[in-house]
Amino acid sequence: MEYRNVLTTCPYCGAGCKLYLQVLDGEIIGVLPDKEHPISRGELCIKGWNAASFVRHPDRLTRPLIRRGDGPSAELQEATWDGALDLIAERLSDVRNRFGSDAVGFLASAKCTNEENYLIQKLARAVVKTNNVDHCARL
Amino acid sequence: MTNRDTLMEQVRDHVAKALGHLDGVLALRRTGVGTAPYLFQKGDDLSSLVLEPRYPMAKIISSLQKRHPDAEFGIIARACDARALVEMAKREQIQPDRLYLIGVACTAEEAEECHCAEPAPDLDPWPHAELFGTPAEGAPPNPLVSTYNEMSLHERRAFWEEQFQKCLKCYGCRDICPVCFCESCALEDPLWVEPGELAPPFPMFHLIKAMHMSGRCVACRQCELACPAHIPLTVLYDLIQQDVGEMLGYEPGADLETPPPLQVTFDKAPLRTEIAE
Repeated sequence: MEYRNVLTTCPYCGAGCKLYLQVLDGEIIGVLPDKEHPISRGELCIKGWNAASFVRHPDRLTRPLIRRGDGPSAELQEATWDGALDLIAERLSDVRNRFGSDAVGFLASAKCTNEENYLIQKLARAVVKTNNVDHCARL
Repeated sequence: MTNRDTLMEQVRDHVAKALGHLDGVLALRRTGVGTAPYLFQKGDDLSSLVLEPRYPMAKIISSLQKRHPDAEFGIIARACDARALVEMAKREQIQPDRLYLIGVACTAEEAEECHCAEPAPDLDPWPHAELFGTPAEGAPPNPLVSTYNEMSLHERRAFWEEQFQKCLKCYGCRDICPVCFCESCALEDPLWVEPGELAPPFPMFHLIKAMHMSGRCVACRQCELACPAHIPLTVLYDLIQQDVGEMLGYEPGADLETPPPLQVTFDKAPLRTEIAE
């Protein structure tokens, strides 16, 4: 028997409200707001209150999918992370070699941490050599 | 040591003893990242057990008891947690005979902050209970209640319209409420609440919630503290509770025996099926 709360950051927007995932016997049973957090101060919006509902949702993607073939008949197939990353690297290199670095753009996200967003701009600027970096909060 | 520290030590000692015969005690645990509810069990380090801030402990113990119906749990309960547990017991959300209440009296300052009339848990309803801390005097009600009572009907409507206009429809007031547990909620029924509309339809959304609070709101203030729009929800529920008290003589959380007035049917009142016939 075990009941505890795991502190985490709401995954939905850039505000970064803190919340607790209530864990009962290894299963997430709900969310509690973090009453001590200086930003969210025990308050959440509807997304925060439901932040745990996707964790074990049957529609959640748990492995990379690659669409093989062309046209409407192309099907998504499960792939390994290595396989998916190799394909991304190969196609990005191909586009860059044929059309130049500025043919590639990177979309970061307010849902990511500062560190993750730092890494994506580093990848864009230092590896692919483009300044085309944008993010969902501008949309 | 301050009085509060002494109190905390007393509670920790008591929990340590209680864990000799209980399966666990639900309390707050302070760790390096923050403070949250936790089920202490035999062998756990009790120096991390603390008494603040307030979380909806009654709601949590209900989940624990439903998952482990044969377990004997203890719970650190403020006065409002204890009142919530009474109302939940009447609606079969907890098993009072399997619950060991470790009551903690709120300080006068805490009572003041919550406008709480009864800041010390009443042990009478509980088969197993202890009280820690010195009971403080009850605090006067929120001054907004008397301001409101002096308003005209037109002003009252304008007051709530302005307040409800701020609602983000997060459902946090429902999600954190210890006495909100219906499996299907009227606030999610498109018949009553048009989906996708912000602010939610005035006054339907908030009045449904308020009416459902009549005869069960224990004034724990969790809804108000969780509200990102800072709507004075407990003022609304307090006003309704005043009516329930005056008209039906019912005080939520007072005892385990008195049936909640809106949960009883009147013997001679026709059932809906009979009306249909």
